[in-house]
Amino acid sequence: MSKINSAIYEIHHLEKLASRDQWVNQIHPLVKLCLTILYIAMVVSYSKYDLIGLAAMGVYLFISFQLAELSFKDALWRLRVVLPIVCAVGIVNPFFDRIPVEIGGLHLNAGVLSMLTLMMKGSFAVLASYILIATTTIESICYALRLLHVPTILVTQILLTYRYITLLLEEVNRITQAYALRAPNQKGVHFKVWGSLTGQLLLRSIDRANDVFESMTLRGYRGEFKYVGEKHRMRRTDLLYFAVWGLLFGLFRRIPVILVLGNLVGGIFA
Amino acid sequence: MSHIHIDVEHLSFGYEKGRRILDDVSFHAGEHDSVGLVGANGVGKSTLLKLMVGLHPGFEGAIRVEEIPLQKETLSQIREKIGYVFQDSDSQLFMSTAYEDIAFAPRNYGLPEKEVERRVNEALETVGISYLKDRHPYQMSGGEKKLVSIATILSMTPDIILMDEPSVALDPRNRRNLIRILNSFEHLKIIASHDLDMILDTCSRTILMAGGKIICDGPTEEILSDQKLLEENGLELPLCMQRRN
Repeated sequence: MSKINSAIYEIHHLEKLASRDQWVNQIHPLVKLCLTILYIAMVVSYSKYDLIGLAAMGVYLFISFQLAELSFKDALWRLRVVLPIVCAVGIVNPFFDRIPVEIGGLHLNAGVLSMLTLMMKGSFAVLASYILIATTTIESICYALRLLHVPTILVTQILLTYRYITLLLEEVNRITQAYALRAPNQKGVHFKVWGSLTGQLLLRSIDRANDVFESMTLRGYRGEFKYVGEKHRMRRTDLLYFAVWGLLFGLFRRIPVILVLGNLVGGIFA
Repeated sequence: MSHIHIDVEHLSFGYEKGRRILDDVSFHAGEHDSVGLVGANGVGKSTLLKLMVGLHPGFEGAIRVEEIPLQKETLSQIREKIGYVFQDSDSQLFMSTAYEDIAFAPRNYGLPEKEVERRVNEALETVGISYLKDRHPYQMSGGEKKLVSIATILSMTPDIILMDEPSVALDPRNRRNLIRILNSFEHLKIIASHDLDMILDTCSRTILMAGGKIICDGPTEEILSDQKLLEENGLELPLCMQRRN
């Protein structure tokens, strides 16, 4: 399978995951969206040296992956392009922040510690977003955004951008296939045609995106997703799910759970 | 006058100023009419269909659907009555499964979920594609996509069906199936196509267009058997008639 085809396949696979009948998929989209935003805000709020405190937030990811029956290996594979970029953010810290620190008996440079924390923050945020999109369809996310009073124009923009990615990839596939068939001895696309090829691609995909939007408006789309609300009524269990995780996030943020547990276990065996 | 009808009066339209795609087009189509819209490439067939569902504003003249004038304020009302099938099925299918795509319009018009489910299943059965219910459009063939596109409009039980090249990408069996579906639809339908044999099988009336104008409007048999008229306007006799000659 070509790279583009496999990218299109990945997008469709994510949509399939989001449309499953799993318990987590049935949770109200507003709850999942707010929980993800809260989670990311909490993760980001940790101090840059609080690696052990931050590690406790991994519990949410671990349990969510189990509940949603998502494969962690697949998630890492799908995020293989994003994760290294996220991890690269703090890569220069060890060169600037050279104060020695001790963590769990290990002697480290503070820069290394802040780099690891930044990497963990980025990875946790990306994985939490992955859980959201792998358990919630784009229409449900848009519906939740409308409930949060995000303007219709912005929500439509998000929805169309999501649809546009597939259209753009399909157009790229068609154009590059047509090119490759008439340039059999070339590897990739020659730089002389980059301009016209990109222009063509842009015009064609704008046309197709416009057709899709027209098709949506012809079938009654007016920027609202009320029907998603019919499918996902807010239940008590949804609110409870949010409350339990909210409390746990608060607890993890205030108490270094891993240190406390470590001391407790250490105390028992001492 | 019958309840279901479309009136197009002195309609002119151009994408660019000074270059008209349609020039003074007028016709009336009533409840049980099945109208074939034929003409060479670029004569304005698709544009005319798109204008009838309000996809292009800024036209001259008037379009009325069941006495409702087509304008910005009445678009939603008019679009509820008309089912439009795009030439390219990929434009029409954008949800994750065929079911979700067919349910899109009834849900947007606020129908309860039980009624939506009933309509989706009915549309799937009518077109004979119940087996595609949970399939993603990405995994479908061109013909299957076209049939799902048709089901997406049937779920709204429209009064009027407009189709742009519906038989493109269909194999002979699916084409025959499409003709059966079109013939079973009793209300008004307008079909733009180059497949003159299909027009012959599905439409009792034909409008021949050339240069943005209506050249001829009359019984299909009469127009599609007039070799001279067809050739003057960039077309040929339908294949079945060529064989007869």
